Amino acid sequence: MIHVNTKINGDDVEFLCDPRETLLDALRDKLGLTGSKEGCGTGDCGACSVTMDGRLVCSCLVLGAEADGKEIGTVEGMAEGENLHILQEKFIEHAALQCGICTPGILVATKSLLEKHPEPTETQVRYWLAGNLCRCTGYDKIIRAVMETAADLRKAS
Amino acid sequence: MAFDDTKTEDFKVVGQRVKRPDGVDKVTGKAKFGADAVAPGMLFAAIVRSPHAHARIVKIDTSKAEALSGVKGIVTRADFATGLTGGDLDVLENVMAGEKALYDGHAVAAVAATSQLIARDAAKLVEVEYEVLPHVTDVDKAMAADAPVIREGAADQSVPEGMHANVVRYHESGHGDIEAGFAEADLVVEDSFKTEATHQGYIEPHACLAQLGGDNKGELWCCTQGHWNVQKLCAAMLGLETSQLRVTASEIGGGFGGKTAVFIEPVALALSRKTSRPVKLVMSRSEVFRATGPTASTSMDIKIGMKKDGTITAGQGTFRLQGGAFPGAPMEFTAMCAFAPYNLQNVKQVGYDVMANRPKQAAYRAPGSPMAAFAVESVIDELCKKLGLDPIEVRLKNASKQGTKASFGPTWDRIGLVETLEAAQSHPHYSAPLKEGQGRGISCGFWFNHGGETSVTLALSEDGTAQLSVGTPDIGGSRASMAQMAAEELGIPYENIRTTIADTATLGYNEVSHGSRVTYASGLATIKAARAAVKILCARAAAKWGIDEDAVVWENGCAKPSGPNAGEFDPLPIDKLTRSMGRTGGPIVGHFEATPEGAGVSFATHIVDAEVDKETGQTKVVRYTVVQDAGKAINPAYVEGQFQGGAAQGIGWALNEEYIYGEDGRLQNSVFLDYRIPVASDLPMIDTVIVEVPNPGHPYGVRGVGETSICPPLAAIANAVSNAAGVRLKELPMSPPRILAALEDQANNG
Amino acid sequence: MVEVNLWSGLRAFADGKDCVEVDAKNVGEVLSALVEQYPGLEHVIEAGVSVAVDGKVIASGLTEPVKPDSEVYLMQQLKGG
Ligand code: FES
Ligand code: FES
Repeated sequence: MIHVNTKINGDDVEFLCDPRETLLDALRDKLGLTGSKEGCGTGDCGACSVTMDGRLVCSCLVLGAEADGKEIGTVEGMAEGENLHILQEKFIEHAALQCGICTPGILVATKSLLEKHPEPTETQVRYWLAGNLCRCTGYDKIIRAVMETAADLRKAS
Repeated sequence: MAFDDTKTEDFKVVGQRVKRPDGVDKVTGKAKFGADAVAPGMLFAAIVRSPHAHARIVKIDTSKAEALSGVKGIVTRADFATGLTGGDLDVLENVMAGEKALYDGHAVAAVAATSQLIARDAAKLVEVEYEVLPHVTDVDKAMAADAPVIREGAADQSVPEGMHANVVRYHESGHGDIEAGFAEADLVVEDSFKTEATHQGYIEPHACLAQLGGDNKGELWCCTQGHWNVQKLCAAMLGLETSQLRVTASEIGGGFGGKTAVFIEPVALALSRKTSRPVKLVMSRSEVFRATGPTASTSMDIKIGMKKDGTITAGQGTFRLQGGAFPGAPMEFTAMCAFAPYNLQNVKQVGYDVMANRPKQAAYRAPGSPMAAFAVESVIDELCKKLGLDPIEVRLKNASKQGTKASFGPTWDRIGLVETLEAAQSHPHYSAPLKEGQGRGISCGFWFNHGGETSVTLALSEDGTAQLSVGTPDIGGSRASMAQMAAEELGIPYENIRTTIADTATLGYNEVSHGSRVTYASGLATIKAARAAVKILCARAAAKWGIDEDAVVWENGCAKPSGPNAGEFDPLPIDKLTRSMGRTGGPIVGHFEATPEGAGVSFATHIVDAEVDKETGQTKVVRYTVVQDAGKAINPAYVEGQFQGGAAQGIGWALNEEYIYGEDGRLQNSVFLDYRIPVASDLPMIDTVIVEVPNPGHPYGVRGVGETSICPPLAAIANAVSNAAGVRLKELPMSPPRILAALEDQANNG
Repeated sequence: MVEVNLWSGLRAFADGKDCVEVDAKNVGEVLSALVEQYPGLEHVIEAGVSVAVDGKVIASGLTEPVKPDSEVYLMQQLKGG
């Protein structure tokens, strides 16, 4: 077992994990952070998206041990207390989720998109999210929610 | 509103794009899906699966696996009920192989251990000795004389004599005289089509958490479209009394029909009974592809005759569906849906249900219908092209409408096909100019929809708010539409209703969330449960005022005297009545249990523009419009979502998705990288038009919308590709290699 | 008497007819009368059928009324995804 010291959504966290265990499994099974989902376990669906030191990664392709000394961001850290992140608000408002299983990963991925590209084009959003599968929505309402969030954020700043 | 009244106007909450009540849970990661539950002392399980497409199981040796530290129990078929027959036996055979493994991925044993990693390691240590048998995976080959027999004696009496033992059911229907019809035609087109199996591709793999004691009392948590069905099937597989197993449906990460069956739930229960510990079992993605229920694959022959003016004189279709190693491919729906959009004097449809060494097919959105539409609508398109006719005009000329005879027999009630065609025709998309290399295609589609057994309870709280319990899992926002209907009836704010998906112990039976039935049937039951509660509220007010119950009406959340003759009383708001309910007769609860039979059918017309790259064979959908009859849209945003989701899945089916089996009978593409579903960059925005032709069988006119949306895309895209590239693709998916082959073929043969 | 239309695949079990007459006041009676008159249909009806009465598809209910002039079609059982 490996002893891991990490920071998750700003909190110091330590856990023990098997050297073969993925970060996704450590988050879900060891730490009870089940907001990140496993849709494939092979890096193809993005349901497990988290950030590691600010970089967007598939947590199913990262080992739990690799989190040592890093800062991890998950969907559980997006809202501040009762206040939802504007992306979360817009997803609800635009009905950008049906079953909602892809939603945590898509929210983490789009948040990281907007941090890097505050003025994305529709094509940019579509390609950025090409690693996040949604089977329910056909993406239409997701793309609209993201575009409108970006526009609102620009207006606000 | 009297109990059975129909309401068609002046809606306050219905028709609004309200925010879904479970939205916050789902955007913050709090919502608990199948794999998100835990229990103290929980074990993890893994399943041992056959690597062979067809093999006799000679021996299973579990000794090495059992010796691994952390392994707590192993089950095989011997741990399940014996003496099952018919459909139940098929389900059990599929859940855990008996004498033979029937497809690549068929479960043969399962292990429970203290961690997921140990369970997986132990599964590899289970030694299974197989005697490999000849296999077949293609539908046409499975019907050929020399095909290996999957299971002797599986055919029912409908199958005509002389067919191969793998043909297990037969359907034939139609009317008129097709030969006379073809003789009347100015042009007859005849062609053959094939479609590969596709998977629903829900992003959440099957997952469950089971607890079953030696006393045969159990608890099961799982992601399913229907937990009463899970309860019934699991009880049978394990030899339990149905009522002793309580099943709770988790949030569900997509189903589309694929979560109407059981796969792992009985296995987790058997392991729990064996180990006396809670057992969690979660499928991997590759297990989902290999061992749940994809669609049937098909082979189809279509012949249609048309007059120069576009009148269809006769239609004939033969539909062969491969449904895996068990009977049940939905060939009768393929047959019945094939010509449903058209008013034909002469029509004949024949279906064959064929077994092969593949996983047992499961429902996928309008099971059987999209394939039929692909074949029939492709031939209609060819006829239009050859006769120089507009494809929408031709469809309008032949369209089914109220009073015409359906291709499967009965006379149509009020239906909305013509309205969808007219809306498509006048939509700017239909007349927009196309760019070089692009083609436009259209297609119609049809699905029956379903009612089904339904129970709903609505309990009023003392503060005048309401708790609504329904039994149909919320796959795409149905909590919102249920609360909207309840709020409409009660005349209280939408936010004052809390909708819960009840477990099997708290409501009467509810059929699976399938057949596009949720908004229709649970919605109807919600409206009637609310009306039952309103009736009690009115009675309480009447008692208070000392007037007749009939002299009280319910308006805007208040009881009022029905008119000046009833007496002069101030309106009594709901919270005044509920606050005293304990002392005026007891708790106020409305409920409704029934099997509503008025599910209205839904038709759609889709328009698509596609661009084909003749160098690479790649097809890109550049514009898409869905027009569909929803009867009445309770929440238009979620209706649009169903339209868009169905279209996107249809686009995947048309262009990329397929089960690829090797010569060895093994599935070669069991991960999302190789079974490629549409990603955001593959698709354009999907425009929607909601047509509302009310369903006479629902108090607000609702028709189910979840399924019809996947029926037209396959053909619409094939028709667009044909117009863009000048070649007719007769096999799905229209993947780049198939398009290139078709182009080459055309170049060689002119 | 009510006329019941069968899908043509059932002719083989109903003396070659695709339309038969039964004495029935509701869907349940239609089905039991069919089995009584044409025992060959029993396996089909046991396996589950739907019935269209005057254009309305009754997926499974037996109590739906049927009138002498009703249009009645036997259909394969409906379900969905
Ligand atoms: S679970 Fe990590 S990408 Fe699918
Ligand atoms: S909302 Fe279901 S997968 Fe995206």
